[in-house]
Amino acid sequence: MVDLLNAIVLMLNFVIIPATSYGAQLALGALGVTLVYGILRFGNFAHGDTMAFGTMFTIFFTWLFQGLGLSLGVLPTALLALPFGIAVTALYAVSMDRVVYRHYRFKRSAPVILTIASVGVMFVTNSFVRFMIGTNEQRFSDGQKFIIKAREFKEWSGLSEGLKLKTTEALTIVVAGMAVAALFWFLQRTRMGKAMRAYSDNEDLALLSGINPERVVMVTWIITAALATLAGVLFGLDKSFKPFTYFQLLLPIFAAAILGGVGNPLGAIAGGFVVAFSEVMVTYPYKKFLKYMMPENLEPSGLMQLLTVDYKFAVSFIILVAVLLIKPTGLFSGKVIRA
Amino acid sequence: MSYLIGDTIFGGYGGADILHGCTVAVEKGEIAVIVGPNGAGKSTAMKALLGMLTVREGSVRLDGKDITSLSPQDRVSEGMAFVPQTNNVFAGMTVQENLEMGAYLRRDDITETMEQIFSLFPILGEKRRQLAGELSGGQRQQVAVGRALMTKPSVLMLDEPTAGVSPIVMDELFDRILEVRATGIAVLMVEQNARQALEIADRGYVLVQGENKYTDTGAALLADPEVRKSFLGG
Repeated sequence: MVDLLNAIVLMLNFVIIPATSYGAQLALGALGVTLVYGILRFGNFAHGDTMAFGTMFTIFFTWLFQGLGLSLGVLPTALLALPFGIAVTALYAVSMDRVVYRHYRFKRSAPVILTIASVGVMFVTNSFVRFMIGTNEQRFSDGQKFIIKAREFKEWSGLSEGLKLKTTEALTIVVAGMAVAALFWFLQRTRMGKAMRAYSDNEDLALLSGINPERVVMVTWIITAALATLAGVLFGLDKSFKPFTYFQLLLPIFAAAILGGVGNPLGAIAGGFVVAFSEVMVTYPYKKFLKYMMPENLEPSGLMQLLTVDYKFAVSFIILVAVLLIKPTGLFSGKVIRA
Repeated sequence: MSYLIGDTIFGGYGGADILHGCTVAVEKGEIAVIVGPNGAGKSTAMKALLGMLTVREGSVRLDGKDITSLSPQDRVSEGMAFVPQTNNVFAGMTVQENLEMGAYLRRDDITETMEQIFSLFPILGEKRRQLAGELSGGQRQQVAVGRALMTKPSVLMLDEPTAGVSPIVMDELFDRILEVRATGIAVLMVEQNARQALEIADRGYVLVQGENKYTDTGAALLADPEVRKSFLGG
């Protein structure tokens, strides 16, 4: 019985809690990709670097507030800086649309041209971020580090495994939940949200109904920038901020969006969690878990790890390829990305 | 002086002309039907009225006002409503949301108009929370017409509203269109089912190769032996 409890705590600690918060971060990222695809009809490769851009400005504002002596007590100061980071990123996304994407939209270019244009935006954003903040790792989480500490849990429960819950993990889940609820409320209940869905559903009919496409596009970029910044800041608080890591996040985020069915917000969320859980579960060494669960003489000698952490991106990649081969519309029947 | 008229229109989609001096007009409280063989330019004539093709010569006038240079969107806000032949609903949205989107440009209270549409098409009231894409073909056409009526238009244009629906549903749709006419709206339709459409038409246009071949009341066209022989199968 104690062994079973220990095994459960172990899984919670190293698989379920980390994968849930990572899944929430991916879900927010994938929501941004899926929104851009649904409305503007192209895969936005600049999304990972938009996340880095937003996180960088949030870090700058965090430093500013820390310098001014402002803080949120047990919560990270970055939460206070977040709205400012979002504002700067929204401005950036809307101006990138004016400078780059609008031109191709007016020309009614093929989606692949917009996607390639977004690769250009990705490189520009990427370089700008590295130029501004450098390529090194930044840790900007302050406030209380843990909600549940492993040692205290051990003393309280008498188990040999300690349960820990980081503030940033709990924060990720709460904030992501609130953001998703707000997004769905916006899309389902407000005039503008419905217009966005209508435009995504049937562009010609939306125009015939008098919906202004440029307004829809602008609001889409603002929401996308907000989601990207949120995803980036939560990821950075939970782990750390490094421009290159954010660029790499593009793969799991695209895998999540396509797995869920691109263009479908609900699918993006489900996809985020599936990708996160797959990644964590495939790279977790189960040796200790099996030691608790199996009779003593059968305990495994190896690490019981399917893939080392270095190869975690292979998981996203396999999911991506498998979905595209087997069910290109994704789990929730979204659109099919076309060139 | 007709309420909406496309006057001796020459034009096409950029290349060669499809319409060669075609004239189509409709009065308020009247149904005008455009019929003709495949490729006669029926839908093209309607699109010319809506501003979806290049009019090289001729003019489109709405209530005496020249609207030839207005974009389709501007014509919608001038009171013209259009129901395309295909993809004419927001499939991923509920029936009620479809109607709300139809009224997107309106800033006043739309509940009254919506109630009117639910009494015109009772099935839409029953299925208001259902996704339009999950409805049958005939019900979907009703959503499409309902969406177009949400702007309180003075002209309703329908591009083959009965394409792909069963004869029973077709009769029902035509009944509803007669009710729409009774509210004083000008109705212009392009129809493949020529005989049934001319039966309810106040005015009929038979187009052949982008030109008016016969123009008369619906009943007169139905009685004309030439028209019967060539276009209505005897």
